[in-house]
Amino acid sequence: MTKVLTGNWGKKDSHLLATYEAGGGYSALKKVMGGLSPAQVIDEVKASGVRGRGGAGFPAGMKWSFVPQNTGKPIYLCINADESEPGTCKDRQILEFDPHMLIEGAIICAYAIRAKIAFFYIRGEFDLPYRRMVKAVEEAFAAGYLGKNILGSGFDLDFLIHKGAGAYICGEETGLISSVEGGRGEPKVKPPFPAVKGAFGCPTIINNVETLATVPWIINNGGAAYKQFGTEKSPGTKLISVSGRVKRPGNYEVPLGYPLQKLLLEDCGGMQDGYELKAIIPGGSSVPVMPAEKALTVNLDYESVAAAGSLLGSGGMIIIDHTQKMPELLEILAHFYSHESCGQCTPCREGTGWAHRVLKKICHGEGTKADLDLLLSIAGQMSGATICFLADSLVMPIRSFLTHFRAEFEALIKAEVPA
Amino acid sequence: MTTKVDQSSGLAAAAEARIDDLQRRYPTKAATLLHVLWEIQWQDGWISEDRMRYAAKRCGVPISKVLGVVSFYTMYRTKPVGRHHVQVCRNICCHIMGAAPLIEHIKAKIGVGEHEVSADGKWSFEEVECMAGCAWAPMMAINEAYHENLTPEKADRILGELV
Repeated sequence: MTKVLTGNWGKKDSHLLATYEAGGGYSALKKVMGGLSPAQVIDEVKASGVRGRGGAGFPAGMKWSFVPQNTGKPIYLCINADESEPGTCKDRQILEFDPHMLIEGAIICAYAIRAKIAFFYIRGEFDLPYRRMVKAVEEAFAAGYLGKNILGSGFDLDFLIHKGAGAYICGEETGLISSVEGGRGEPKVKPPFPAVKGAFGCPTIINNVETLATVPWIINNGGAAYKQFGTEKSPGTKLISVSGRVKRPGNYEVPLGYPLQKLLLEDCGGMQDGYELKAIIPGGSSVPVMPAEKALTVNLDYESVAAAGSLLGSGGMIIIDHTQKMPELLEILAHFYSHESCGQCTPCREGTGWAHRVLKKICHGEGTKADLDLLLSIAGQMSGATICFLADSLVMPIRSFLTHFRAEFEALIKAEVPA
Repeated sequence: MTTKVDQSSGLAAAAEARIDDLQRRYPTKAATLLHVLWEIQWQDGWISEDRMRYAAKRCGVPISKVLGVVSFYTMYRTKPVGRHHVQVCRNICCHIMGAAPLIEHIKAKIGVGEHEVSADGKWSFEEVECMAGCAWAPMMAINEAYHENLTPEKADRILGELV
């Protein structure tokens, strides 16, 4: 199987420039600077069909083409390495094992959109990925891949590492912009979309680490070659992070459309002895949970997972075994989203906390039957009522947990004493 | 970890040089606030009110803005932590892999509870949300370093080696 993203992962010192160059690294940048126009780069990325790998799945080439080139303002690129969606641990390994692949992809993107500065936004907790990126960026400047007049092309790009400080919401693109601007990571109302008015009021493209890391391969091999992997509507390969009681958890690069069952049983070696599969959250903690029998029928592409009632999201696949109590897991998620709500929008700030308190009560055996309806009512009042998607990221778990595992919640409800 | 210096004055020369460099490159001085706060915390271990005033002056923003930023992000500390700040993930993937008993085990081992610092200043403890160690759960971080695929025995060994 061709590896677009993970080809260098096993190599000794894979994170160093010398290793990356020895394996053909920065040849895509040389090709671009040797004579491709920004429009040609965008066309190639459009032809590949690669979709944003952070969770939203928006076609990357199309996003890049939205940047207006006539505003007279500087254009910025933000690289989203604020990997914080529970279940997702893929970007950190790109940064740990192949930081130059990301940097090369980011430079090519910056050239295509004519950005002046690339802001690399990395979550504050990341230590090894941060140190590897600091070193790789130094190497790239010293080699002339970053800075003034890159490879004699006349194109300049500065690259700034912006270290976050612990806030899930900064992974949301406009929250990330607020943080890059030096403020609280509060999301902003869209429109205007960042491509038109983003960081510092200027046109800005935000792309996930994994998305940008595919770009060198696409430029080297062509968009058409990339499109050979995956499905018609979900082209290419995707990193899937598998966690939970499987024999071999970890990150797997698979062509989109790969059967979930095959990934679980063959690649991950199936469940650990003594554990049975109960449910799967396929795309990070925000997306709807699927009962085992349903999950095992899906293919890992955006359309197949959506048709089965969930989302591929970030590719963070959480395997839930038979020993897990679903109300407890939902309570943990509600705690998380309540903790991470930025507090700007009342339905989210109050709703996530309220849902958490109700769930805590239920888990402590203090819940009533009306509390289950109350949870759904809270969810209904949160959904679609806020600036960003954080509130809905709890709504989807609440609704899906209660749809598929309602009996477990009811079993915790106090027997009601007749009046 | 804390130093007796006049905290309203500047940071160590190397830190000031890094801030100068970034302020030349960022579109605005205000945008370097997170950097300045990191430099303060790396040097002092936490961020005092005097230091916040300094950060405000350094970035050309009001003190209210600095307070807003410091209180928004969970990693900025407004009081000192222990020499070994132990953070254990409580989120869903770590929970599935046994985080709840592990957290109790670690708290008992180091003898401090949530947001507490031991009397000798050696330990402090905090439950944290997902740190993207999901496939290697359960996990903890001690200061910056991640420790993954934990068992109570492995955690004991790691904690036992710290002085």
